[in-house]
Amino acid sequence: MKKIETTRWLLYVLIFLSVLLPLIFQINLPITETKVARGVYNLIEDANENANVIISFDYDPSSKPELQPMAVSVIRHCLRRNYNMIFTALWPMGVQMASGAVETVRKDNPHLEYGTQYVNLGYKAGGMVTLQKMGKDLRDVFPADMSGTSIDSLALLDGINSLNDIDFIISLSAGVPGIKEWIMVGHDKYGRSVAGGTTAVTAPNILPYVNDQNQLSGLLGGLKAAAEYEKMTGASGTATAGMDAQSIAHLVIIIFVILGNVRYHINKKRGEE
Amino acid sequence: MAGFMTVFGIWLGFFLTMAIYSFLYKDNPFYKVAEQIFIGLSAGYWFVYTIYNILIPNLFNKLAEAPSKHYLLIIPGILGLLMLTQLTPKSAWLSRYPISLMIGTTAGIGMVRYLSSDVIKQATATMINPFVAGDFWSTIGNLMLVTGTLTGIVYFFFSKKHEGVFGGVAKTGVYFLMISFGAAFGYTAMARISLLIGRVMFLKDIWFVNLTELIAKLFT
Repeated sequence: MKKIETTRWLLYVLIFLSVLLPLIFQINLPITETKVARGVYNLIEDANENANVIISFDYDPSSKPELQPMAVSVIRHCLRRNYNMIFTALWPMGVQMASGAVETVRKDNPHLEYGTQYVNLGYKAGGMVTLQKMGKDLRDVFPADMSGTSIDSLALLDGINSLNDIDFIISLSAGVPGIKEWIMVGHDKYGRSVAGGTTAVTAPNILPYVNDQNQLSGLLGGLKAAAEYEKMTGASGTATAGMDAQSIAHLVIIIFVILGNVRYHINKKRGEE
Repeated sequence: MAGFMTVFGIWLGFFLTMAIYSFLYKDNPFYKVAEQIFIGLSAGYWFVYTIYNILIPNLFNKLAEAPSKHYLLIIPGILGLLMLTQLTPKSAWLSRYPISLMIGTTAGIGMVRYLSSDVIKQATATMINPFVAGDFWSTIGNLMLVTGTLTGIVYFFFSKKHEGVFGGVAKTGVYFLMISFGAAFGYTAMARISLLIGRVMFLKDIWFVNLTELIAKLFT
């Protein structure tokens, strides 16, 4: 029993060190691109000039380490392409996440202007029902932005009345409601291109939508994909910084899984004997 | 040097992080305090947010500004109040009306959308020509997609005993399912490590920097 307890603590200490040490001493392990992550990049890169983009912040601080680097990279990319960014949130705390991402981007883009380059419409309850209503009349769902300014006075939203006036949708999602609702309504009902990012836990459930029907144009699943996206856009951020730690920690887990299995089979054999 | 509230926030974050990770040792009062602060804050935040960002702008303001235009909002308002009847056992039955309306509406809207997105479009996405000229790996990937889908479905067909050729196909389906569960587990491990990375980054880049600043201030 004492031996198991010691092994447990050894594992905790090793995992902690395998995260801490690579963050202090960067080794810059290679980050390889995947096709699904490239799909997100291509959707944003290939859109028309002055495209109208909805970026939906469907997460809260508990998913910030994974999704915030994606949000920052996506905003930077859209800004570089001179798109009109419309922020919304299907989660209440998504509004603050959007503000935080904008503040990070503003550090290297001090002239980022509210109302002409981006607007934040804030949170709306209702999930799929709200999205269906946005498909018909966006102005009825969001008569004002998050600070109460009438959307009629926001130049960026001139001519945008429903989802049909949106070129593509990016959802950064940690669960329900989130990217799945955007696929169902945004793409499958209104024919808008949808892509986005999810936490690694959610990614296996969403990956099947990146398919022949293009229900999802691409997907960033977890910190690894966030680092891929940073690499594609050429702007390293916290995801890239965390990838060494992620890889080393995975290596430790794999070694312990193998050791655990070897031990299990040795014990089983001894028991049989 | 950061302001008092910023420093207080950093040290509170440090304390709560340590309190949560102290569960690795065993359940203890520090962990309980952190857990209950988290639950209490979430509930409190949600309560206030609902009132100020949903009820006031969407219901109270509209009814106060133009009652004749928005009189229909009284119905969802009453249904919302009926939800509160859950608080007393005698009147709890009244809450069944708003709950049944919510479930019925969600099921009605969801059925159409799920049928379209999760059944028709997903099935259509599997009905592909798997052979891609000049792209060997895409062809292999497509064949795996079709084989995995078909054998996986066969495994969940329980009206025929899993033996012979049928059993072999079902067993292949199990292998595909196991591989997908393994991938899902790998993604989950990645997510948990990502959260740990987030906390360690906070400790290293924010808390430790603040600590060194405080120590430097103490000795100067």
